[in-house]
Amino acid sequence: MTDIPMGDGPAGAVPAAEVPEVDLYHPHSWITKYVFSQDAKVIAIQYSLTALAIGMVALVLSWLMRLQLGFPGLFSFIDANMYLQFITMHGMIMVVYLLTALFLGGFGNYLIPLMVGARDMVFPYANMLSYWIYLLAVLVLAASFFVPGGPTGAGWTLYPPQAITAGTPGQEWGIVLMLVSLILFIIGFTMGGLNYVVTVLQARARGMTLMRMPLTVWGIFTATVMALLAFPALFVASVMLLFDRLLGTSFFMPSLISMGERMAHRGGSPILFQHLFWFFGHPEVYIVALPAFGMVSDLISTHARKNIFGYRMMVWAIVGIGALSFVVWAHHMYVSGMHPYFGFFFATTTLIIAVPTAIKVYNWVLTLWRGDIHLTVPMLFALGFIVTFVNGGLTGLFLGNVVVDVPLSDTMFVVAHFHMVMGVAPIMVVFGAIYHWYPKITGRMFNDWLGKFHFWVTFLGAYAIFFPMHYLGLIGMPRRYHDIGQLSFVPDSAHTLNAFISVMALIVGFAQLVFLFNMVWSLRKGKEAGSNPWRATTLEWQTPETPPGHGNWGKELPVVYRWAYDYSVPGAPEDFIPQNTPPLGLAAEGGHP
Amino acid sequence: MPTAIILLLVAVGSVLFHIVSPWWWTPIASNWSYIDHTLTATFWITGAVFFAVVAFMAYCIFRFRHVEGRKADYEPENRKLESWLTVATAIGVTAMLVPGLFVWHQFITVPAGAAQVEVMGQQWRWSYRLPGADGRLGTSDVQYISAENPLGLNPNDPNGKDDVIIDGGDLHFQIGRPIKVLLRSVDVLHNFYVPEFRAKMDMVPGSVTYFWFTPIRAGEFDVLCAELCGLAHSQMRGKVIVESAQAYNAWLAQQKTFAEMSARSRTAAAERQPDQERARPGR
Repeated sequence: MTDIPMGDGPAGAVPAAEVPEVDLYHPHSWITKYVFSQDAKVIAIQYSLTALAIGMVALVLSWLMRLQLGFPGLFSFIDANMYLQFITMHGMIMVVYLLTALFLGGFGNYLIPLMVGARDMVFPYANMLSYWIYLLAVLVLAASFFVPGGPTGAGWTLYPPQAITAGTPGQEWGIVLMLVSLILFIIGFTMGGLNYVVTVLQARARGMTLMRMPLTVWGIFTATVMALLAFPALFVASVMLLFDRLLGTSFFMPSLISMGERMAHRGGSPILFQHLFWFFGHPEVYIVALPAFGMVSDLISTHARKNIFGYRMMVWAIVGIGALSFVVWAHHMYVSGMHPYFGFFFATTTLIIAVPTAIKVYNWVLTLWRGDIHLTVPMLFALGFIVTFVNGGLTGLFLGNVVVDVPLSDTMFVVAHFHMVMGVAPIMVVFGAIYHWYPKITGRMFNDWLGKFHFWVTFLGAYAIFFPMHYLGLIGMPRRYHDIGQLSFVPDSAHTLNAFISVMALIVGFAQLVFLFNMVWSLRKGKEAGSNPWRATTLEWQTPETPPGHGNWGKELPVVYRWAYDYSVPGAPEDFIPQNTPPLGLAAEGGHP
Repeated sequence: MPTAIILLLVAVGSVLFHIVSPWWWTPIASNWSYIDHTLTATFWITGAVFFAVVAFMAYCIFRFRHVEGRKADYEPENRKLESWLTVATAIGVTAMLVPGLFVWHQFITVPAGAAQVEVMGQQWRWSYRLPGADGRLGTSDVQYISAENPLGLNPNDPNGKDDVIIDGGDLHFQIGRPIKVLLRSVDVLHNFYVPEFRAKMDMVPGSVTYFWFTPIRAGEFDVLCAELCGLAHSQMRGKVIVESAQAYNAWLAQQKTFAEMSARSRTAAAERQPDQERARPGR
């Protein structure tokens, strides 16, 4: 392979095309185009709409939980049984079926081929199957609401023996459907995930070196590699638990007595399940966070009209966080009864992750420094992300530092921490990203006023929910209680605070309806967007059509000459230079990727 | 401008909330004030970082907001600044981690001479066992559990005969005496949690876990289960009482040993036997 010199410095070097550009098969019928579609963009929309739909179910469940917690006894239809089912389904849906599916299946499918300049995913048929299996997984999960005994109430971590013994709601049918649904989800995800990885590695446009890729692609790519390594642990844990439940094996079941009856199991280890679960569960946090990190970097850079600060460090921080996240899982298990010496190792690795994570935060705020900050709705959500992520990330230092975790584990402090860092912060990015890329997907702009209303209510409301919740945990208020009842150490004022949190949760929930309304309304009535309304540099904004057609690029694939962040380059005629613009001969172009 | 002000208010408001909020942990009743100190130090370090980052953002939004004709700087990298920030972060993290690890070492090292108590969890009640005069707990297993032997003590183990069984009552602790709490469950995961003691640990069926502490304040404290254990998880309550040695010994003297309980249940069974024989004359 030879480099074709395309400019006066390394920024301009573009490798020759190694393979001819082939024509795609173009579907003609409505069904092959929009239902059983092999176009990554359509699959992305299918994934996103399904994830948002099941996410709405999880949102309603959170309302019901908060009604019970804030006003215990007032809503007699919510009993202990239902409460446990609500927390379990809410947690699992939000983490796996909404966030993972939306970031990787939704944004991954839409953005990867467009941002790396590919025609589509490399295995379009497997890509299509991945969505349909995901849909099946969602349907199986939703079906558990309608089976005898209802969905499982084992808590989202599904810890055995409790998950499969009497005394737990949904122990008969619900848990089986949950495990089957997870197994399906992982099968479907693997098909999609292999596509994202291979597409990034094999189908990039000429000149799109790894170090020129937008951070969004880096985030999704690294998260997908992690997911392909972490989900198998959940897969085997689910299969083994299913065997324990249905076939009477004893992978996780020691000799025990359930409701006065001696069970036939013996010799299994409940802790083994926790190790498998968290070997998946902790990387899962970053599987959600890394795409969010990537996207927010692109949002901040674009709307501050400034190159992302410290791109190379950002890339290495993403990769470093991804790698480190595989050696920290047991910080979820400090009080699980595992060998106490593990605490030293896992506390150290956990706190080391704070360093690359902090670097990312510094680089975001340093990108704002001396920028030209446009407070658009995507930018507002990006700023909201930084605030909530920093807040939630710092409280993670409490829980990662083993001995400080001891009094706080299993309290509302943990609930507050992970909702701030893994719920609110990535959701801020989800919204920011939808507001940012909606014009490319639909050709229309969102209504700005409604968008700002949505942002402020969501950001301030969510902050008002989860910031004070930490203090309920400090008091010692335990989590997973449907009714705190009278406890000598909980003052009445804490119950008032709990009620306030519930009211805020209702308000924030309703603000999401404004967003949904805006999304539907703007589809028809939104302002025409044009092809590049944010004047962004990355390839997806340079497509010949908006929304992009099948195959993305018309006759010719783009050629990439520069990194993704050439904003406000000194001497350039405009404050952005798209990645496919050949070198302009400016001094600033020479030294950057 | 309003955005910058609101973000600044969020930062200032969070700090003020922390300072004036009436919601703070319960007054400690054990020796683990080290944990409280580590937590307080973590609050100061992380609080300062949070305030600095958000306030800096607010300043940038105010100072570099878009106005006609503004152009952003072009500065892809600044190795020196990035290295400096990395080192400062590493120092901050170390300042939290190192004391934490020292305290953890203390947390998992039970002092010689600590008294023992076994806590057994089952859906959804607490039972306790204390070693008797021999100072040793007898072995136990799920297979021995019966109505007469609710804790599943091995009837053939002589060490268990004098074990004191408290099945369903309150647990008492002697003030100032280190206690190693052994934790056992017969069904699902539980977690013996007294917020005032700070220390806690899960109870795992099939194994025995532990933590230790020294009660330092007399009083009556709520016991909660902190690990999701099924439907009545939130109702799994109990009480522990920390008291003087004198009061503790008086309480201990009233408790029954395993041998006494077994003898009593044997007598009760023997008394029941003739009645049952009469009721079933055919046998």
